[in-house]
Amino acid sequence: MSEPFLELVDISKNYPGVVALDHVDLSVSRGEVIALIGENGAGKSTLMRVLGGVVEPSGGLLRVDGVERSSLTVAEAIKAGIAFVHQELNLFDNLDVAGNVFIGREPVYGGPLRLIDRKQLHARVRPLLERLGADFGPDAPLAELSLAQHQLVEIMKALSLDARLVIMDEPTSSLTLTETDRLMRVIAALKADGVSVIFITHRLNEVVQCADRAVVLRDGHVVGSLRRDELAPAAMIRLMIGRDLKSLYVPPAAPPGASVLDIDGAVTSTYPDRAVSLSVRRGEILGLAGLVGSGRTELARAIFGVDPLQAGAIRLDGEAIRVASPRAAIDHGIYLIPEDRKGCGLLLDVSIAENISLPDLASYLRFFLVNTARETANARTQRERLKIRAPDVGTTVGSLSGGNQQKVVLAKWLSMRPKVLIFDEPTRGVDVGAKQEIYDMLRRLTDAGVAILMISSDMEEVIGVSDRIAVMHEGAISGFLDRSQFSEHNVLQLAVGHAVE
Amino acid sequence: MNKKDLSLLVLILVVGAVVAFINPRFLYVGNLSNTLNQVGMFGIFSIAEAFVIIIGGIELSVGSVIALLGVLFIDLIVNHDVNWVLALAMIIAAGLAIGAVHGTLVTKIGIQPFVVTLCGLLIYRGAARYYTEDATAGFGFGASFPMLEWLTAGRTNILGFPLPHSVIALFVIAVIAWVVLHRSVFGRYLYAVGKNEEAARYSGIRSGRVVIAAYVICGGLTAFAAILIAMYTRSISPAVHGSFYELYAIAAAVLGGCSLRGGEGSIVGVVLGTVLLQVLQNLVNLLGIPSSLNFAVMGTVILIGVLADQYLVQRRRRATTAKGVPQASGAGASVGASAE
Repeated sequence: MSEPFLELVDISKNYPGVVALDHVDLSVSRGEVIALIGENGAGKSTLMRVLGGVVEPSGGLLRVDGVERSSLTVAEAIKAGIAFVHQELNLFDNLDVAGNVFIGREPVYGGPLRLIDRKQLHARVRPLLERLGADFGPDAPLAELSLAQHQLVEIMKALSLDARLVIMDEPTSSLTLTETDRLMRVIAALKADGVSVIFITHRLNEVVQCADRAVVLRDGHVVGSLRRDELAPAAMIRLMIGRDLKSLYVPPAAPPGASVLDIDGAVTSTYPDRAVSLSVRRGEILGLAGLVGSGRTELARAIFGVDPLQAGAIRLDGEAIRVASPRAAIDHGIYLIPEDRKGCGLLLDVSIAENISLPDLASYLRFFLVNTARETANARTQRERLKIRAPDVGTTVGSLSGGNQQKVVLAKWLSMRPKVLIFDEPTRGVDVGAKQEIYDMLRRLTDAGVAILMISSDMEEVIGVSDRIAVMHEGAISGFLDRSQFSEHNVLQLAVGHAVE
Repeated sequence: MNKKDLSLLVLILVVGAVVAFINPRFLYVGNLSNTLNQVGMFGIFSIAEAFVIIIGGIELSVGSVIALLGVLFIDLIVNHDVNWVLALAMIIAAGLAIGAVHGTLVTKIGIQPFVVTLCGLLIYRGAARYYTEDATAGFGFGASFPMLEWLTAGRTNILGFPLPHSVIALFVIAVIAWVVLHRSVFGRYLYAVGKNEEAARYSGIRSGRVVIAAYVICGGLTAFAAILIAMYTRSISPAVHGSFYELYAIAAAVLGGCSLRGGEGSIVGVVLGTVLLQVLQNLVNLLGIPSSLNFAVMGTVILIGVLADQYLVQRRRRATTAKGVPQASGAGASVGASAE
């Protein structure tokens, strides 16, 4: 392998309250394929954003072709030959393949008219298509191509910019097996041309298949680098975990009772050929772990009636119920605290009190009108109970911190009569102090007889708070764990689709 | 009354004072009464429009609906001898039905409100012209409905001032609309859906029904305004009757603090917006400005008003950040924390 042309030395990135990258070193040689692995939130995406010039590091330096600099801009990154194939592709649906590849750099003729020279445009794209073995032409409309083909277009765009390094953020997460296979061949072809590739993935067998080296990140540190001959799923998992988790666990006051919510063969539109079955018992917190994209949020949305269930049944206290809308779920006492707090959970420029009363306004009626005195009084009670830090309940929710916003979402449901609470990432963007308060509240709720389903990508949270863990992998439950089996290793094994030994 | 409404009121008083100073006829009882009559008719369909704008929609067919339903109403009572009470009920029902169709197309089929109501604008106008074969619909000789005329276009002397009944109707409607929008559960739902339909849905609000209801209310109120306007003009040329009225309605709503993004606006503001537009109209007449400039004057004043509002909002925001209000720093922290 030749000299590295790109080196990251001692790179750190701090966000308020979070260290995303902690003195990371990484070097990339010509034609090297590096797999970047680690749990959700280990800092993989941040590291790649530093490389792509999207994020400015707080410390450390980058060495490109021997030139040292403290950060890159996007333009400098492109000039240095670093191309980024994003998880969410940045393509124009309304253009054809060639138009996308050369967007902003179209060959023109006609002098000041700057008309697009379509002939030359297509001629320039054709060799790229051949190089990647694409099965579509330069004039194929993008809207008619599959996701995998979109990725190829992104890669062509990178190659047309003379990229020396192509970064791919979870390129295979939404590809079929054959498509994944072809992408692996494309990566091999890039390598043969001397182009380096860094790809982030959760699928360890892909790493074994095509990487020269795997770099493992954990909590913003590089915890290990495995050479080609050391690549084995077990070795990678061992490196990905291995920190001491603080024990957050508070056992329930009483052993869990009968099952309250039974999901039987639920199928969501994201994974039309996979079914999920699970049950949540009275007084227990069932953690739902899994990698991002494993179908957990979709399941939550289906249970809450936001999206229709494709198949399967939901039973509440043993009785089959139909949940056609969130209203129906709420009327049954099934409440969701959504992942996207700002988009789905709250009305940001409305007061705390009005946010809390929104789902239950009917019970604040006095002669058909909203009894604002009672609304305010109830909001004040909830503010005390959940320790929402705000000057008054008339404060608009948008001005609160993430933790306090989450407490307002929780307060909406706690003023009603919850039977089942579904939390989707309950503490994302929540500071440490508020986190603990939310965990305490979860336990108090289960002790009062509520059943809780907690979706979480935070390993510490899943292991530290749950009474039982269900793990999802590609749209189905890959296994359940009892407290005695709780370990990061076991959760990860199940999350990547392996069985627990 | 919020700050925005108050500044609008001040603006109306200032403009009114200037007009009265230049041409004292502005304050003549006859002129004020006529202007108020206009305010009454325009105010009702502006409130109608506001309901739709608050849920984040738009209704462009107001003017055409006023033409079509006006023609139908006159035809029913004049040519078909339908009892006017029954005719009134039929026309309002037709307005409600039009609203229901628009709302259903928007929510169930998912067509953009602009497109749905633009098609409505074209269809109803064409239908009105076809129905009368482009002739003017009006009351023939001897046709007389004293009770109906008195109710809709009459005036009652109150302390020597002839108060148009259309203003009384507007007042009643505005009070009811105010209670519904600002005090009732349904009003909360309207604002919630307009601000963030997704969050409203996650809170168990059946947002589709709320949207349809807003269009239905809009249709019903527009139909009522159509009857008042038909009885006031007494003859309807379907090609021009009510044209551009949807724009008066949207302008009044925007002046009154409605955001076209939805979720904002107050009834007091909409009524004041209507008043301002009519005062401006009156100003053009009284100050001897060529009436061809009518729309230009209105457009300019609205633009200046919106610019001034933007300027004030920004200045207020800058003032709060400068003072370092704790709320502002809290917002910053939450942004930072979620940028993982």
